[in-house]
Amino acid sequence: MTTSDTTIAAGSAPEAESPSDGNYLNHAHGIRSWIFTLDHKRIGVMYLVSVVAALLLGGVFAMLVRTELLTPGKTIMEADTYNKMFTLHGAVMIFLFIIPSIPAALGNFVLPIMLGAKDVAFPRLNLFSYYLYVVGALLALLAIVTGGVDTGWTFYTPYSTTTSTSVIAVTLGAFVLGFSSIFTGLNFIVTIHRLRPPGMNWFRMPLFLWALYATSIIQILATPVLGITLILLILERTLGVGIFDPALGGDPVLFQHFFWFYSHPAVYIMILPAMGIVSELVSVFSHKHIFGYKFIAYSSIAIAILGFLVWGHHMFTSGQSAVANVIFSALTFSVSIPSAIKVFNWLTTMYKGSISLETPMCYALSFIFMFGIGGLTGLFLGALATDIHLHDTYFVVAHFHYTMMGGTFIAFVGGLHYWWPKITGRMYSEFWGRIACLTVFIGFNATFFAQFVMGSRGMPRRYYNYLDEYQPYHVFSTIGSYLLAVGLILTAVYLIHSLFRGRRAPANPWGGASLEWHCSSPPPHDNFAEQPTVGDCYDFSGLRYDPEIRGYVSDQGRDS
Amino acid sequence: MGHEPTSDAAMAHEHTPHLAHHFETSEQQFVAGKLGMWLFLATEILLFGGLFCAYAIYRASHPEIFQYAHRYLDKTLGGINTIVLICSSLTMAWGVHCAQRGQRRGLIACLVLTLLFACTFLGIKYVEYSHKWKDGLLPGTRFDPQYAPGEHGHGGDADETAQYGEHTSDEPAGETGAASPSASDDETPLDVGAGRSRVPPAADGPSGLAEVPWLERPKPHAEIKERPSNVHIFFGIYFSMTGLHGLHVIAGMGVIVWILIRSIKGHFGADYFTPVDLAGLYWHLVDLIWIYLFPLLYLIH
Repeated sequence: MTTSDTTIAAGSAPEAESPSDGNYLNHAHGIRSWIFTLDHKRIGVMYLVSVVAALLLGGVFAMLVRTELLTPGKTIMEADTYNKMFTLHGAVMIFLFIIPSIPAALGNFVLPIMLGAKDVAFPRLNLFSYYLYVVGALLALLAIVTGGVDTGWTFYTPYSTTTSTSVIAVTLGAFVLGFSSIFTGLNFIVTIHRLRPPGMNWFRMPLFLWALYATSIIQILATPVLGITLILLILERTLGVGIFDPALGGDPVLFQHFFWFYSHPAVYIMILPAMGIVSELVSVFSHKHIFGYKFIAYSSIAIAILGFLVWGHHMFTSGQSAVANVIFSALTFSVSIPSAIKVFNWLTTMYKGSISLETPMCYALSFIFMFGIGGLTGLFLGALATDIHLHDTYFVVAHFHYTMMGGTFIAFVGGLHYWWPKITGRMYSEFWGRIACLTVFIGFNATFFAQFVMGSRGMPRRYYNYLDEYQPYHVFSTIGSYLLAVGLILTAVYLIHSLFRGRRAPANPWGGASLEWHCSSPPPHDNFAEQPTVGDCYDFSGLRYDPEIRGYVSDQGRDS
Repeated sequence: MGHEPTSDAAMAHEHTPHLAHHFETSEQQFVAGKLGMWLFLATEILLFGGLFCAYAIYRASHPEIFQYAHRYLDKTLGGINTIVLICSSLTMAWGVHCAQRGQRRGLIACLVLTLLFACTFLGIKYVEYSHKWKDGLLPGTRFDPQYAPGEHGHGGDADETAQYGEHTSDEPAGETGAASPSASDDETPLDVGAGRSRVPPAADGPSGLAEVPWLERPKPHAEIKERPSNVHIFFGIYFSMTGLHGLHVIAGMGVIVWILIRSIKGHFGADYFTPVDLAGLYWHLVDLIWIYLFPLLYLIH
């Protein structure tokens, strides 16, 4: 197997190609070439379109929830409808958007190229994962059009086993989506283990791949437990098995244990890939080698493992024993440590770096700030004495929005901007990108910081009606949410505009050193004709900026 | 553009039709497939693990339910099924062995035998399930036992005769009060359509959660003559576990049929037998899960 003639071909050809040359987008035409594709890049694009559609749907539910909460009592809908709105907002965002967003949409596209492989290990399984996603999404839509669900996205029993709303449709949807997630994770693990080219050993991999690897481990171990929990829930509803309903001899707290055994690791499925993206962005846009590579890599694995041990912190008030509470609280504190290690390493990477504030970097900086707040407030909730007061208040709502939205979603948008030139072959407008990022940042913090305050003052979550004293906070939060929506709509507008009018992208617009920047933008169908040779993906010394193509080229033969 | 096959790897792709384009060698493809299948088996173990966990939790808190109700199960039929599945694993492994040696006829024969054993397993399961249906031993609100365990030849020891007269489908007395099994199938215990709540009267502590005090727990092997409350939970767990397992047997049979068709077409040989190997791994896991199910549900008392 020859590799010596590879790097020259991969290094010099891309700048000369234009996207009208062969790339994965024009490799084959027609709808069937998309529906039956085995190309991980096309599957990633299909996922991207689908999860953004889900984001829009979940966002509509969010806007309805926030608008209803402008006044105590009825504003635009009845209480039962409100229950359905927040349930569907949560279920759609979690199962149809956040969990698949980075791994399936960005990860599918980027992982094989970053690794130096031609595709994932099991391309047909990859396509099947996408089909499962579509089926799960359709089942969720079925639940919405047949009257919705009002149990809260957590489906606590015995209400979820006795309510007449469309619980079975949405839980079946979540079950199918779970398997989509499992097969994606399985594919990624085998790809990283077996399809690394020569020279790409574990500690030469970009940190985004470490993050996806740790995420995939959680996906395959935790998601089946959700699967069996949902099966039991469906059996309970249809056959009255009696495992969760006290009137039938069951134990409702058992449902909570089963549910959170998956759903806590699930939040690490959400955040780990996001942290992986931030590792890439911070290094590239500081033009400086990532600091503490091994610490960041190992901390991803540590988070994955520790994340399985802390589910009980969602159940401090459920009546479990004091011993269990203390143990879960202590473990919850320990899982914050690897996350903090990452934050320190990112900041150290930026120190004395040559920072350029392109849009992806703006999002990475927003992430560090907002995930910092989200993660630290998790410690408030992990402490037993404070959790007794904060449980089921808006403090919790604000905490998880800061981590999932201020964390994962912001990193997703940052990664989308970072790899947008690679995926589409176009550059978006940096001016509007930064404006939109600022708008999103201000809108987000306005929406959710107010919720920390009102939560700590006692405003419960999922409440339709509330005392007048909370109204100013709700109004402030709702106005913030409108601003947030404006920022996101703006983002969608300029990104879509770039597809038609954007400047053609060079192979390496940002000066990254990982392998995806060695192939053209967009990449050719086969990624690499031969397996490429691997260097240090955080060593930027071999790159120089070429103003003619407005991108970076390799700087061989010159001192950096 | 560099797409012509000039390297050794590209030549390998030309000569080995089964080698997918994104793998460099057959060896790489084979080990990747194996790793993928083992990871999938890990997810299956986690899936069944939830049910085993539920079993363990309920058995720990309500041993009397399990010690009473397991006698409804037919150990003989369960034992035969265990042997049937073990034999099917043998024939499956034998089939993989034939595939490795390129023995097409041996492979086909072994796959057919495996399918026959699997059908036998499902047939015996059908017999067991239909007995349960007839005897009213169904999960949840349909639980309506017609006989005590051991009577009328249904499970248990033939010479047991529990006094069953006062424990028919009438509302049982007692302060814990089981969910009434004579409810119509459409009503849940919470249905108040008739103006009367069907929730059983409150016990000391939550009805479903009250554990038998440690000193009063039944001794192992003790015969429980009176039907404990909430016995239907045993059958909920029994049908969930054996039902999910049965679904996996059916899925496995589908996979084996597909492998059989490909074997007949001559797709497999000594250089390429990966799908047979992977199907074998899956089938062995299905067998292994039953080997755990059988003693936990049928044998322990």
